[in-house]
Amino acid sequence: MHIDVNGKAREVETGLSVAGLLSELDLDGRLVVVELNRQIVRHTERSEMLLRAGDRIEIVHFVGGG
Amino acid sequence: MMDDVGHTDSFVIAGRTFSSRLIVGTGKYASHEETVAAVRESGADMVTVAVRRVDLDASKQESLLAHLSPDEFFLLPNTAGCYSADEAIRYARLGRAAGLSDWVKLEVIGDQETLLPDVEGLLEATRVLVAEGFTVLPYTSDDLITALKLEDAGAVAVMPLASPIGSGLGLLNPVNIRILKNRLGVPVIVDAGVGTASDACLTMEQGVDGILMNTALAAADDPIRMARAMRLAVHAGREAWLAGRMPRREWAVPSSPNAGMLA
Repeated sequence: MHIDVNGKAREVETGLSVAGLLSELDLDGRLVVVELNRQIVRHTERSEMLLRAGDRIEIVHFVGGG
Repeated sequence: MMDDVGHTDSFVIAGRTFSSRLIVGTGKYASHEETVAAVRESGADMVTVAVRRVDLDASKQESLLAHLSPDEFFLLPNTAGCYSADEAIRYARLGRAAGLSDWVKLEVIGDQETLLPDVEGLLEATRVLVAEGFTVLPYTSDDLITALKLEDAGAVAVMPLASPIGSGLGLLNPVNIRILKNRLGVPVIVDAGVGTASDACLTMEQGVDGILMNTALAAADDPIRMARAMRLAVHAGREAWLAGRMPRREWAVPSSPNAGMLA
């Protein structure tokens, strides 16, 4: 199914969880914050939260800034 | 904090005590290593960071958090780059979701050319975030009325600019900054515009509680050396303020005795 991750279309398997997506992207889950359709996904919810076609995901982290 | 001559001069924001009156940003450095070296040399214990998308195309990028340990520094997420209250609120929530604290350096920018704050949006975002339990430090103009409204809205500190972000123009309006400091109960932290050590010293001599800077360090030829200069300048300016400067006079007064001159 198609989802949108950080503004780019991505093809993933149906039933993939948020945690599954992070591991597919090789990201350290402790260092990122995930927003799913404008709602923040808590760290504890990532394993149960399953993605659906058309979902828009934002994965952010801290970078240098003033 | 006990300074080197044994005076106590605490810097407290929202009940939290900081050892340094200098707060530094982490943007625009050449590398994570240089960032950490400059931050350490500055003596700052509060450090700002920005929230941005992870670049999924970059090959295994290292997180800033891997270099700046939240155990060593108090990280203050900002909402830099946000042009509306809604956008700033969204970024503030993302920053808090990282799980470090509920503090936010709130920016709502009103104009791309000058990066001056949109004070209307800033007030709106401050009210919403305070209601959500955030500890809000808004970046604002040097306008007293806005500052009073921000304090009234629950801001724990008010952060007026010295001059536009990244301009290095120094303290353009010391009078406005002094007026703010005299009227506000919460700490006043001058944020943005300081270019070199004399700017920092002069700013602290106005009696403000602290300074937040980024580009002055990151854009110096030697950021680590400038970090040291800023640490000393902030300290010197604070000491001079506490010492109380001599009055200005437009005539001379001799330093040596008039008495005892030869006939």
